[in-house]
Amino acid sequence: MARNILEIENLSVEVSGKRILDDVNLQIPNGEVHVLFGPNGSGKSSLIMTILGFPSFKIISGRIIFNGVDITDLPINERVNLGINVAFQNPPSIRGVKLGGILNRLTPDKEKINELLMKLKFPPEFLERDINLGFSGGEVKKSEVLQVLAHGGKFIILDEPDSGVDVMNLRILGGVIKEELQGRSALIITHLGVILQYINAHMAHVLINGTIACSDSPTKILGQILNEGYTWCEKCLRTRTQRCEL
Amino acid sequence: MPTNKDAALRAINKPADLGPDLDLSQYSRNPRNWEPCPLSNLPKDVLERALEVGIASNKENRAASFFQIDHSVIFKAVQDAFENKVEIMSAKEALEKYDWLKDYWWKIVKVDADKYTALAELAWDQGYFIRILEDQQVTIPLQACLYISTDNLNQNVHNLIVAEPGSEAQIITGCTIHSGVRRGLHVGITEFYIKEDAKLAFSMIHNWAQNFDSRPRSGAIIEDDATFISNYMSLKPVKSIQMYPVAYCKGVNSRVRFNNIIYGSGNSYIDVGSKIILQNEGCRGEIISRAIATDKAQIYARGFLQGERGNTKAHLECRGLILSDEAIIYAVPELVSKVSGAELSHEAAIGKISEEQVQYLMARGFSKSEAESLIVRGFMDASTFGLPKDLEMEIQKTLDLTAERTL
Repeated sequence: MARNILEIENLSVEVSGKRILDDVNLQIPNGEVHVLFGPNGSGKSSLIMTILGFPSFKIISGRIIFNGVDITDLPINERVNLGINVAFQNPPSIRGVKLGGILNRLTPDKEKINELLMKLKFPPEFLERDINLGFSGGEVKKSEVLQVLAHGGKFIILDEPDSGVDVMNLRILGGVIKEELQGRSALIITHLGVILQYINAHMAHVLINGTIACSDSPTKILGQILNEGYTWCEKCLRTRTQRCEL
Repeated sequence: MPTNKDAALRAINKPADLGPDLDLSQYSRNPRNWEPCPLSNLPKDVLERALEVGIASNKENRAASFFQIDHSVIFKAVQDAFENKVEIMSAKEALEKYDWLKDYWWKIVKVDADKYTALAELAWDQGYFIRILEDQQVTIPLQACLYISTDNLNQNVHNLIVAEPGSEAQIITGCTIHSGVRRGLHVGITEFYIKEDAKLAFSMIHNWAQNFDSRPRSGAIIEDDATFISNYMSLKPVKSIQMYPVAYCKGVNSRVRFNNIIYGSGNSYIDVGSKIILQNEGCRGEIISRAIATDKAQIYARGFLQGERGNTKAHLECRGLILSDEAIIYAVPELVSKVSGAELSHEAAIGKISEEQVQYLMARGFSKSEAESLIVRGFMDASTFGLPKDLEMEIQKTLDLTAERTL
């Protein structure tokens, strides 16, 4: 097993000719849970799409190493089969494609699915529903987390599991995520850090304008963001850039 | 008084409003001769083709069966348990047996509508009569198969279906051809009478060949509180199909729903629509159409809703998926409201397979082609049609194969 589950080296990415990630460096050691903060539009979701290999996210420079394997040029499904699982923030709905059908592909273990459904308080009827079609915000999150946990890959990415979810469901989701992440590697994206009430993370990073502005303990960074907002991080980024230029 | 024959003679050269105009003289009127026999005695290849369009040879699964090959009726029977609940016979036999049937014959579909209706009158080759008797709930489906065994044959059937008041039934009609048949013309007239409180679900499956033409002409009258559901599926290549069945919601609170799944491949020209005329208070109508076009197929997906009374409502939903740059789908929705209080709506969307959906499924471990075939398969989902279990399984199998072959 590689020391780091994920290593991102000098990653720069463009979408339709526009630079959206700029020289991103990030290491997540095996068995650690990291958090990625950042204001709207800072590139958090773009980073996830790039890690997964969505073709419209063009890598200009840099590499992505997953568990010791360079995955920079692999198609999406091969990355997933290596063990990267993403719970998306706004997944598309697909008519006629049932949630249950996708789960059958992710795991042959029916008991595991039933157990996760129970824990998530997610009615089994949803297995017969067209994926995401007419799901509420909370139902989408549960369906995404269910799929990711059912696959049981080596590395879990949760893109804003706490957005658009009511308090009750947040508590349920938070509890399940906490339990399932024990001893596993994960990256959790959050805008306001609400999910951190439930999860103990090892390290947090702040993404500003497409680059990592700072990395520190999650409580310290969250405290700063809650006190001063992301302007604090922007200052921090300016200082770092100036230092580099010197 | 001019007879149907006179009217037909006048219309025999009249092109249809829609679809390629066919030269009727290019088809043969010389069928093979088939003797009546039990379904299970039919050649294996005939039974296999029939099964693909939902026709079971095991009679326990069907309340009644009708089987016509070319111009001969080879089998018609009602299962013992359903004697005195349903009637099934050739339309010719029925017209001789029941004098009152002449008031149902050519009354919804006009004999002089075009050259194809005229042809069905002037060169009439059987077809079936099905009647569900009053208040009878027929719990398992009835079936009718119209089969062509001779290359380049012209087959003209005229079917009549009467659901008497309070009755309930499901009918499966499969139209197909022998695997050796390359060309030909099938004209099928079907008139439906759904009486008060009756409920009829009619599923028609077409399996033709790349050089085969088909011109169905159907109409339904739906009386007070009655419901008519029409499911139509065509998944194989065809030279041309043109049909535009119409349902008249004549009775108070009558209901109709059309579900169409069309998969056009090769050089198919498919022009299929559904019309709903809302003629009384409380009528409801719905048309759901799914069209997939690949290769060089052209599909016209039409829908027509007409509101003639207040407190009525109908909706038309047409979705199309284009899988090739040389294929075409035209969606033609038409809404006509003649009164206030008729609520008519439509939505139409045509596009290629969504990249976002493909990538999402790839993020769940499916390969690109698996993801695409899953999306195509999902697009043709027939699980909402409420089909009988064995037919649904048969159709799911065909749809699975169709989706797999696509990509």
